[in-house]
Amino acid sequence: MANKAIAASAARAAPRPASGVSAFFLKHEWARGYTLLSPTLGVMIIAMCVPVFMLTAHSFWTQNYLTIDKTFTFANYVQFWEKEIYFKLLVKSIKISAIVTFTTVVLAYPMAYFMAFKVKKNKLVWLILITVPFWTSFLLRVFAWKIILGFNGVINSGLISLGLIQEPLEFLLYNPTAVIITLAHAWAAFVILPIYVSLEKIDRSLLEAATDLGDGPVSRFLRVTLPLSMPGVIAACLFVFIPTVGDYVTPKLVGGTEGIMIGNIIQSQFGKANNWPLGSALSIYMVFGITLCVLGFLLVARLITKGGSLKAS
Amino acid sequence: MNQSKAIIAIKDCSKHFGPVRAVDDISFDIDRGEFFSLLGPSGCGKTTLLRMLAGFEQPSMGNIFIDGQPMAGVPPHHRPTNMVFQNYAIFPHLNVRKNIAYGMRTSGLGRGEINAKVDEMLELIKLPGFGGRAAHQLSGGQRQRVALARALIKKPKVLLLDEPLGALDKKLREEMQLELRLLQRSVGITFVFVTHDQEEALTMSDRIAVMSMGKVLQIETPTRLYEMPNCREVAGFIGSMNFFDGRVSSAAGEAATIDAGPIGQVRGVANGRLKVNKGDAITVAIRPEKINLSNEQPNVGHNVVEGKLGPSTYLGDRSYFYVNVVGLAKPIAVASQNADRATGQHRADQKVWLTWREESVVLLDR
Amino acid sequence: MSIVASKAAKSAAHVHVPSSIMEGRPYGGLFFYAVFYLSFIYIPVLFLPLFSFNDSIYIAFPLKGFTTKWYGEMAASNGLIEALKNSLKVGTAVCIISTIFGVLAAKAMTRYRFPAKGPITGLIMLPFVVPGIILGIALLILTYSMGMELSLFTIAVSHVLLAVPFSMLVLISRMEGFDKNLEEASLDLGEGPWRTFWQVTFPLTLPGIVASLLLCFSVSFDEFILAFFLSGNEATLPIYIWSQLRFPSKLPSVLALGACIFVFSCVLVTFSEWLRRRGVQVKTASSV
Repeated sequence: MANKAIAASAARAAPRPASGVSAFFLKHEWARGYTLLSPTLGVMIIAMCVPVFMLTAHSFWTQNYLTIDKTFTFANYVQFWEKEIYFKLLVKSIKISAIVTFTTVVLAYPMAYFMAFKVKKNKLVWLILITVPFWTSFLLRVFAWKIILGFNGVINSGLISLGLIQEPLEFLLYNPTAVIITLAHAWAAFVILPIYVSLEKIDRSLLEAATDLGDGPVSRFLRVTLPLSMPGVIAACLFVFIPTVGDYVTPKLVGGTEGIMIGNIIQSQFGKANNWPLGSALSIYMVFGITLCVLGFLLVARLITKGGSLKAS
Repeated sequence: MNQSKAIIAIKDCSKHFGPVRAVDDISFDIDRGEFFSLLGPSGCGKTTLLRMLAGFEQPSMGNIFIDGQPMAGVPPHHRPTNMVFQNYAIFPHLNVRKNIAYGMRTSGLGRGEINAKVDEMLELIKLPGFGGRAAHQLSGGQRQRVALARALIKKPKVLLLDEPLGALDKKLREEMQLELRLLQRSVGITFVFVTHDQEEALTMSDRIAVMSMGKVLQIETPTRLYEMPNCREVAGFIGSMNFFDGRVSSAAGEAATIDAGPIGQVRGVANGRLKVNKGDAITVAIRPEKINLSNEQPNVGHNVVEGKLGPSTYLGDRSYFYVNVVGLAKPIAVASQNADRATGQHRADQKVWLTWREESVVLLDR
Repeated sequence: MSIVASKAAKSAAHVHVPSSIMEGRPYGGLFFYAVFYLSFIYIPVLFLPLFSFNDSIYIAFPLKGFTTKWYGEMAASNGLIEALKNSLKVGTAVCIISTIFGVLAAKAMTRYRFPAKGPITGLIMLPFVVPGIILGIALLILTYSMGMELSLFTIAVSHVLLAVPFSMLVLISRMEGFDKNLEEASLDLGEGPWRTFWQVTFPLTLPGIVASLLLCFSVSFDEFILAFFLSGNEATLPIYIWSQLRFPSKLPSVLALGACIFVFSCVLVTFSEWLRRRGVQVKTASSV
């Protein structure tokens, strides 16, 4: 019986000279990896890299009523500096995003800390509670604030019917503050997860070691927990800051004329204004501005963490 | 069928991961029916070598032959080898019976035959009636047996085992060592066993290959490996060893006298593995248990040294004594069997003499 | 000595530190903060269903009484039914296609070594952070340059772009959650790569695959920013909502629609989150 089985397996192993192609794949792991990856990568390149390249190309062309003049020119880039509104709007958008980022991160940190360290039972429930809004309609969340902050909205009508005010408060809607509140709410779930993950990853024995070595809760938090959670905080900042700079939905719904952002101008170039090359150039400026801010932020973050570790040593 | 002595032939095999040479130009044979161990510290390349035998990695250079067939370009599922994985890799979504029968689909056997074979295997691994259990209901030892059965049912020409006992506790591990050895004898399949535990390798193997930094240092039977290591690294890795530097003061055939400085004149036999010439700088190695500790000065002119008793450790069946010798940076370790009830006849700081026999001395290249 | 030993045992087992060592009681100030925070996240959205049952055209307090007429009005709208159909079409296509791409990429990322893995991962993740408006206008430009019409297809392409990173992350954490050795064991036992995929990889990844399908669907179903630039004559639900926002008289029925979408998404997402986080909580959490 055993011999028969062995004979059978010998037949199975009898030289099966792998053909050239499959031998190549067998020998080279990277070839197998790239092959599996190629469809996904191909789609990402066709649907993202090529379009972004064309966007860049557009920014060097000009709109000639309904046609595009494909003569290479810096005209759109020059135009950005000629009307100071563009630059002002870019700076304002970055400012709004920075405030939103700061607010959401500061508000989310204790929540993430609570979930990572305090929740023992039903962690899954808390996690789901936090992540569900993350997936639900962005438009609806923004829209909810429009009806809350509106002139005849939830807050005003609520306060009036309670008799606290006589006239609706006009300052609630259509200003940058409304944009900030709405964005802070819409992006709240995005910041918790990265911070939570970085806190959860911290080896609990490090905290015990800090306590063992004489740190109280506060100094242990400042010297161990906070520095070790910085990667999560930084990731959270980028998650919120980068996409919000270009947002056009929130300002359009709750920002009014005062709360307008660079995204609205870009969007209008592709809509009513119909000047795609200018819109492209504006979006390139926006990406450039975002990149500068992110690099500056990362640099500062690195300096701070480095300084911290030097102090610690 | 090819019935040469070797079932596996490894010829000039190397495996590079980027700049790292995990396996570095290795050649050796593994014999039919042998229990062969690959022993070495983690990162020495033993697992990579095993995975090359299984077909999960392809050699960057060189060739592997199994039963005379070149394995280049043969994928794992067409190889006459089977593997017991380090963490057993029991399929969590299948029960024990389905796990064991997993590889039988390609055997061409009918359902009834496969079932009979699975029952046979369950009997063999002493888990009859466990067929319906889910993978997560098994203990570590049971998982290990199922992994073994799953591989053995395929009657492979070579069974590859990747530290299969590493996850078990000490007691169970020792039991399984014995069981595995007996099993190997009874099924007669060649086992290639990877371990970092030298004691385990010594207990179980017919032959052991000691590996370090992608190279094979020595391939020997356990006894010869322990008694006659061929280099300092092997000597140090297997068991414990006292090393002394010295210079050959006279050599006659295989016998040599070495001037080993602080421990005086040492006589030893080179055992044919090292050519000794007068004036050579060599290393003298002596196992702790081969050194005799005495309170009185023995009447010999060589293989003796005087020292002062340092700290000692009591291990129940034996004790370790550390003896400080003037001129030596490290104390000499001496192991002595506690054949009689420990009497405490050796006290710290006491003056002692160490002696050893000529045959116990291992001469190594420096 | 025994203290050291017990500490070592504790850290070895990686148990949670007892709350006596961590500051505060389990239901201390932080708990109340957490409840407050969750309220901040949920309450604004809950106004949608609240006012969708209010018997008034004005979205204002005081509430006028209970009605379901806005839901009736909503259901009677042809545009809405069309938009719903479109959203379902796009969402179904997007979730299947993205998940297939996600499975392929995740398998490559977790099972093979190859150069430039980091940069490639970064590239696939890029839609995560690139402002939606950039992707939207870039795809718009591409569509026109290729002489194509805007349609549900262009929306679907943009949604695949957004959904693939999610899908890949969900599936990577799922595939990392089980041992690579299991697939090797299957190969070792004589099954080829194709059968190994269906017999081992697929069943073990299934919860992740289902989670990915649901998440990608909900990403597409709720997506507005890209669809706004890329929709032609056929609107998806968010586009339809946007178009209705201009008409104050339509607001209550838009609220009803919003409430339905919100509940639907919540159910979908809760189920998929539950699926994928079971057992591999921390690992999976790191994926988003």
